[in-house]
Amino acid sequence: MSKYVMYEFPISSCSWRLRIAFAYKGIQYESREIEDSDTPEFRKINPAGHVPVLEIDSQHTIAESIAILEYLEEVHWEPPLLPQDPFQRAKVREICELIASGIQPLQHPYVAQKYSDDPKKQAEWTSYYINKGFRALEGILEETSSDKTRCVGKSMSMADCCLVPQVYNAVERFHIDMTPYPIIQNIYTELMILPIVNAGRPDNFPSESE
Amino acid sequence: MSRPILYAFHVSSCSWRVRIALAHKKIEHDIRVVNIVNRESRSPEYMSKVNPAGQIPALEVNGNVIAESLAILEYLEEVYPQKPLLPKEAIERAKVREICELIATGIQPLQNPKVAARHSTETEKRLEWTEYYINRGFIALEKILNTTSANGKYCYGDSLTTADCVLVPQVFNAIARFKLDMTPYPKIMSIYNSLMKLEEVKLGHPDNKLS
Repeated sequence: MSKYVMYEFPISSCSWRLRIAFAYKGIQYESREIEDSDTPEFRKINPAGHVPVLEIDSQHTIAESIAILEYLEEVHWEPPLLPQDPFQRAKVREICELIASGIQPLQHPYVAQKYSDDPKKQAEWTSYYINKGFRALEGILEETSSDKTRCVGKSMSMADCCLVPQVYNAVERFHIDMTPYPIIQNIYTELMILPIVNAGRPDNFPSESE
Repeated sequence: MSRPILYAFHVSSCSWRVRIALAHKKIEHDIRVVNIVNRESRSPEYMSKVNPAGQIPALEVNGNVIAESLAILEYLEEVYPQKPLLPKEAIERAKVREICELIATGIQPLQNPKVAARHSTETEKRLEWTEYYINRGFIALEKILNTTSANGKYCYGDSLTTADCVLVPQVFNAIARFKLDMTPYPKIMSIYNSLMKLEEVKLGHPDNKLS
């Protein structure tokens, strides 16, 4: 099996997506904590200057958490994080992309800080984009979640890996009122009970499952 | 299987990504025009019947709808494997997806005019915001493409991939809408100019209004 190193830091929600996937699939990896990814030194590893980055056999590097999730799924397909049916697979990916492109980049503290120096305005910005995204997500989950414990059907998927860290941020960091999103809340609560999810929490870093 | 229906609009860059793939794979499909300038995608009808997130593109297949352009691209690749848009080997596929995600999560959402408009009411400040995020992304992309592009014609290796589908509309926006100085990005420009000659790319050009 390949030797994996993941460059990450505790509060990185994109890294937590992968911690969940690694733990769920029972894949060993070495975690390397990075203090600051926006440095010339780290940009030699990832020109985009962010974590997570997966290093494979000290030879190859892959950045972007969704690309890494797909890689892990293709190389370590059991237990799966994608359903078999192509349409269901597409719905899992749709939810991943809604979070990864529609919510996470826009609610990022650096983006809020670029908008304004005023913490109150920053909070407004963050709240706007999280709520906008969660309204859309709640609507989709109403169609895709069988029993409101997982995003698509009844089984764990990449969508759940992406949902957990985003909801954690919304609740713990930004104190978003989750009352309008009962399905998101329920899925989050059910997932956070699981050791493979909880182990990757920012305050449990480094992950217990290593 | 009945013909898929693509909900799209000619100026939507995310729609153009999917249209390149459909044309490349020669997938027969129908188009429903959704005028996002008139906020048709945010109408109660569209959001209840097609996509609760009120977005385009959306692909309807046998009455079921998929949204998010990258999810649609992956679906097309799985269900229509002819003329593949991903390499065979896992690490190579990951590098193609890395390029897609860099653009789709790291550039496009942040340079979106609606986001710039939320930042400021002043045109100059909006342009500054847009340019900042496009440049930030393109600086990284240029370095990555210098390692992945075989001959400056495609993003990865020497054939069309989903990365090219995602690159074209973003570069078009940078040049045509925001008049970005592309001098620092010779590799991006080489690939873009090469791709813009392809029929499957030209078909989805924003100047070609959908009917």
